[in-house]
Amino acid sequence: MADNRKEDFAIECVGITKRFGSVLANDHINLQVRKGEVLALLGENGSGKTTLMNMLSGIYHPDEGSIFVKGEEVIIKSPTDAAELGIGMIHQHFKLVDVFTAMDNIVLGTEEGYEKPKVLKEKIQRICEKFGLDVDAEKKVYNMSVSEKQTVEILKVLYRGADVLILDEPTAVLTPQETEKLFQILRNMKEQGNAIIIITHKLNEVLEISDRVTILRKGQSIDTVMTKGCDAGKLTELMVGRPISLEIERPEVECRNPILSCKNLTIRKPDGTIGVNGLDFEIKTGEILGIAGVAGSGQKELCEGIAGLLKPECGEIIYEGGNIVGKTPEEIINMGISMSFVPEDRLGMGLVASMGMVENMLLKSYKKGKGPFLTRKPARSLAERLVEKLGIVTPSVDTPVRLMSGGNVQKVLLGREIESEPKVLITAYPVRGLDINSSYVIYDLLNEQKKKGVAVIYAGEDLDVLLELSDRILVLCHGEITGIVDAKETTKEEIGLMMTGESKKEA
Amino acid sequence: MKEEMKRKKKEPLIRTVKRTELSQGKAVVLRIAALFAALVAGGLFILAIGYHPLHVYKTMVSGAFRSKLAFQGTIKVLIPLLITSLGVTLAFKMKFWNIGAEGQLIMGAVFASYFALFQDTLPHWLLILLMLLAGMIGGGLMGLLPAYFKSKYNTNETLFTLMLNYIAFNVVVFLREGPWRDPASPGYAKIARFSKNAQLDKVFGIHAGWIFAIIILIFVAIYLYMTKRGYEIAVVGESQATARYAGMNVKKIVLRTMFLSGGICGIAGMIEASGSAMTLTSGIAGGVGFTAIIVAWLGALNPLSIFIVASLFSIMEKGSSVVESTYGLSGACADVLQGIILFFVLGCEFFVRYRFVVRKERGARA
Repeated sequence: MADNRKEDFAIECVGITKRFGSVLANDHINLQVRKGEVLALLGENGSGKTTLMNMLSGIYHPDEGSIFVKGEEVIIKSPTDAAELGIGMIHQHFKLVDVFTAMDNIVLGTEEGYEKPKVLKEKIQRICEKFGLDVDAEKKVYNMSVSEKQTVEILKVLYRGADVLILDEPTAVLTPQETEKLFQILRNMKEQGNAIIIITHKLNEVLEISDRVTILRKGQSIDTVMTKGCDAGKLTELMVGRPISLEIERPEVECRNPILSCKNLTIRKPDGTIGVNGLDFEIKTGEILGIAGVAGSGQKELCEGIAGLLKPECGEIIYEGGNIVGKTPEEIINMGISMSFVPEDRLGMGLVASMGMVENMLLKSYKKGKGPFLTRKPARSLAERLVEKLGIVTPSVDTPVRLMSGGNVQKVLLGREIESEPKVLITAYPVRGLDINSSYVIYDLLNEQKKKGVAVIYAGEDLDVLLELSDRILVLCHGEITGIVDAKETTKEEIGLMMTGESKKEA
Repeated sequence: MKEEMKRKKKEPLIRTVKRTELSQGKAVVLRIAALFAALVAGGLFILAIGYHPLHVYKTMVSGAFRSKLAFQGTIKVLIPLLITSLGVTLAFKMKFWNIGAEGQLIMGAVFASYFALFQDTLPHWLLILLMLLAGMIGGGLMGLLPAYFKSKYNTNETLFTLMLNYIAFNVVVFLREGPWRDPASPGYAKIARFSKNAQLDKVFGIHAGWIFAIIILIFVAIYLYMTKRGYEIAVVGESQATARYAGMNVKKIVLRTMFLSGGICGIAGMIEASGSAMTLTSGIAGGVGFTAIIVAWLGALNPLSIFIVASLFSIMEKGSSVVESTYGLSGACADVLQGIILFFVLGCEFFVRYRFVVRKERGARA
């Protein structure tokens, strides 16, 4: 009887526990996926989603607990083992060889790599037809869009015969239209009897695609619910542990004056390719200008260009009446333009991971004191003030920031920028990887600055947030502006189309 | 049953697991245990070649301290090692992999030797000062070169600094065979001995290099921890992107720090030439520049720890040379012994961070 029960599941995890040092990443997690269903794994950052999936795909080894695949207990020692068991993982960051064609990437590492291209191509074609995928096998990966690359990744695991697919935040890099396409593929796979696990923290996507949802919180599996009959509010409550409001404020600010404008701004990336091309826009005091765009559409170059880290090829950046192109980053900081860019690894820029809060406070102000020596005292009191004001959780202000949780790290970063009382605050992805509560603290901080009359540039990933928080939204596509729209009058679909460059609009 | 077999076959016997951050005290205990294990393993080696381990160890320690002369000898080994370790520490803090300390030390000695050989009529103190300055500039330029190319063309500093070692070495050979050859020495080509005027004075029986070493130790500690420039080094070492973002001129910081790093190594070269060898030889550095890299890392780039580690190294070095002569052991045996000790001490760092988990039999499952 018990054995029969197990047969129903493509994968069953029982009591999985994983520790990293003193951190309990997974605490006796139970999870089941049936064949022919989509299971969403929902949880805030740090709740243990990726750790759990990495154990299924053979990257980590669980400390305790058992994994059953198709009713049989297995030990997954390496990704090869996982592949043999039919488990395929599609990572957030693609693992493709850029200079190879789609086909080369798909067969790479399999035994069939030596077969005739024609045979391989047919085989790939068959898989494509079966699941409704659309891929040009001869196309080189470097010529592909993000969505095409993702398709190749999916093909790669299907080619290896995977019938359990794990997708780690697959929609983070996609436009709404591309997401819809991906979901169609997933539905096809589901109908063919495959089991799919999708990791995400976007509630509306969970509701749209999944059959059941397993919710993780702080390393524990809290509950598994049927998606039907659930709504965003209930899922959030399960995820966070208590009901919270998902509304973002958008305070109205009277009396706005232009403070910074870019004219025909063109900036190349360090590798010589175009970062942003011919940008014309302006930003006023007391407004939040949202920047939307698929990842890598020029957000980084725009931010770094204004902060003086990248030298524009041509064009002007007019700030309070003067052109700041050619000024050093230090001069620009002193003029009251603050930039905080939260990169994917969250620590790379803006904070020094191995230093404590005190020394991180010094980063932009250490030169101010006279003489060759550092004065840590004001930095220490600033750090202590921030801890109190923003509710930063840390053992002490000297604890290296890398040991702090993501939310606290980002509060430190943004808090420091705000304390320097900038007139223009550029912030890119400040809520990247944050839990819901911390995200709202950050939104409040930005709104507070806006009310004070600061011009805020906010580059974000989540379109829903951009629509609620920003006053205007600037859409970038391949480094060009495809639209500047009033956030109150636009829709997600409209922005999605502009993100792919299919429509243009100036407000 | 079959399933059980399969499982046994598949789960790795031993796997490594990251530790909870060890407390300072426990880490020290672990390191002392490693040292003890090293002595035991070294003892087995000594036993194998037919000597009594305890006697040999005793000779080693007493060899470094038994007389005033022995102690002075130990300090003489310590001086260049400590200074050079401090020099490379500046570069390593910045994550600039300067393994050219050997060459920087030699070049410092070469520059200083010029004044010692050809300007030795100058007043003594002025001459010493000039030599010190020349030593610093010689080593500094040797450090500046790879830094310049790194910041300009992004060359690989590891290879660059390594190769410069050979160049510096052969510059000495060239000078010895050619322009600086001592005409008074008929047989082997060599460079003349420095006149008394160009030799470092002795303080408490040891050449004054130890005073410089102490000054440099204090200087480096203050520079790294209390000055703006030291702060800049730490930030650049952590992330150049962050440094640029904070408005730092990364290129300038790299160039400045590498000049200082090489310069300090150059001072060690000047001290060796003027205080110890009293001349310039091709063996002036004698591998100190490489040992310094190990010392700097074992000391976790902390000046005080580096001082302790360098002292231990010097005792070992001096002690094993006494063991060599007392027991008629070949130098290679002493090297093996040193190698064993290093292996354990370095290996223990792994256990500070990780521990092994042996496969368990998991009978009952949930």
